[in-house]
Amino acid sequence: MTVSTLSMPASQTRARHRRRIAWVPTIILFIGALYCLLPLYWLVAASSKLPGELFTLPSFVPGFSGGIVDNVVALSNYRSGRYWLWTFNSFLYAGGGAALSTIVSAAAGYGLAKYNFAGKNIVFAFLLGAVLIPGVVLAVPQYLLMSKVGLAGTYWAVLIPSIVSPLGIYLCRIYAAAVIHDELLEAGRVDGASEVRIFFSIGLAPMIPGLITVFLLQFVGIWNNFLLPFLMLSDERLFPLTVGLYTMLNAGTEQPGMYTFIITGAFLSILPLVALFLLLQRYWRLDLISGSVKG
Amino acid sequence: MTATNTSTKKRFRAVHPFVPWLFVGPAVLLSIATIVAPFIYAVIMSLRGVKVAGGGLGRREEVFVGFANYINAAFNAELWTGFGRMLIVGVITIPITLGLALLFALLLDTPRVRLARFSRIAIFLPYAVPGVIASLMWGFIYLPGVSPIRELAASLGLAQPDFFTRDSIFWSIANINIWGGVGFNMVILYTALRGISSELYDAARVDGCTELQIAWNIKLPLLLPAIVLTALFSLIGTIQLFSEPTTLSPLTDALSSTWVPMMLVYRDTFVAQNLYGGAATSMLVAVLTIAASVLLFWITRRRSAGGLA
Repeated sequence: MTVSTLSMPASQTRARHRRRIAWVPTIILFIGALYCLLPLYWLVAASSKLPGELFTLPSFVPGFSGGIVDNVVALSNYRSGRYWLWTFNSFLYAGGGAALSTIVSAAAGYGLAKYNFAGKNIVFAFLLGAVLIPGVVLAVPQYLLMSKVGLAGTYWAVLIPSIVSPLGIYLCRIYAAAVIHDELLEAGRVDGASEVRIFFSIGLAPMIPGLITVFLLQFVGIWNNFLLPFLMLSDERLFPLTVGLYTMLNAGTEQPGMYTFIITGAFLSILPLVALFLLLQRYWRLDLISGSVKG
Repeated sequence: MTATNTSTKKRFRAVHPFVPWLFVGPAVLLSIATIVAPFIYAVIMSLRGVKVAGGGLGRREEVFVGFANYINAAFNAELWTGFGRMLIVGVITIPITLGLALLFALLLDTPRVRLARFSRIAIFLPYAVPGVIASLMWGFIYLPGVSPIRELAASLGLAQPDFFTRDSIFWSIANINIWGGVGFNMVILYTALRGISSELYDAARVDGCTELQIAWNIKLPLLLPAIVLTALFSLIGTIQLFSEPTTLSPLTDALSSTWVPMMLVYRDTFVAQNLYGGAATSMLVAVLTIAASVLLFWITRRRSAGGLA
């Protein structure tokens, strides 16, 4: 790595920094960025090709014969528009699940951070301990219990297990403790507001940046989940995109003609998340996770 | 709530003891319903089995079988080879993912780096791609006839790599995990780095430290808790390995239906309809995950305590 400028006040070094570029770190980071982006670019290029072009055109050259249109049409015709139903379902599971999860986590985090009560530490340890039980291990018994109560194979079977997020609760607790001032809550109490009202009108507002992070984490987690819907659902009309595309791949491996529109399906399926991600990327407060909250 | 209204007149510390449960209650109840109950149910199932009672017609009834399912599971060679494969994938994935994440985080935090914002977003981006979709995408990138990597090798006159042999498949799967995991871990480590007071660096620079020395002597030790956390996430992720090999399996014969433990659990439970055996196997996976997490914490705690002493 490059040698730094020695013994200079921060302001002066900063002025110097602007002129000289640290080439080695820049190049390494750029290679890392290429490693992450090139496969996605390949996906875009492959989506634009006609089935025949996939095997003949060079990989990174997009097809210009209207392949993308053909692929989207083929994808939309696949089992009379199943793909768009799956997209809708993914939004339903991820949006609904993340919203419910954020509300439950916010309330729990607030409760743990702002009240002293008997059993508080037990509740916290219990919720954190739940992180240690791998979700994958729970999926099978969750399925069995869901079938016992008659919910397996319904939207609820995927939604309900997605609501509790130990990580979300943990983050909300840290965040509530850091940003909500006790004096404000006391002021609310003196004014005679109920505890629930205090939470909604005083506690919630400062927590919003943290809650956006919790929402995003849960949204991505549920959107990306495969095993839970894979186990819970048998009716393909209820599938989210992950499970739907997997079944398409399973059906299509013997037919190279299906490759291009499966690839197009994969490409279109990541667009909403990538868009959400880029739009909201300044709201990601992952410093919460690394435990260095700065109000 | 009426109780709180009267008690608030006495001002602080007079919240009704029921009030906190109003906030914590939903999370606790849902955790019991979706985590504790299934866990207990799995434990019970794992200790039970089906016996065919009576004569010719053979009425099937559920009975307590003690540890029989566990013994069966423990003597199932497929489970242990599955653990072995999982371990290989983990041994490749975790150090490379964390190493790259740490490297990129430290480089992003170095002065005078260009394109930092672009690189950070680009490297974080794969986190938005579901494991199944990433596997599907990489599956095609590995697939002979479509693979751009094989195409490149061919045009350079090199031997075309085969990503789907019994040996190379470990790397192929590890690569999908690394691709998807580096960015998330990098951002956690990077935000942890941003939390460190820059006065520490200025002081070190005044003392004549190079950026490399600052990274090694100041940043790295302060990052240790965040590194432990990312290691824990990666470890749990590896034990749960399921969707990547499952998604790739239609594309290759190198992946059996019991390639990793969770695939075995799936096959036992849903394909072979052996709920009891599946439950016992998944309990073994759970115990392993918890043991591994506790062990990791214990090792790192000892390490850091030793460092202080």
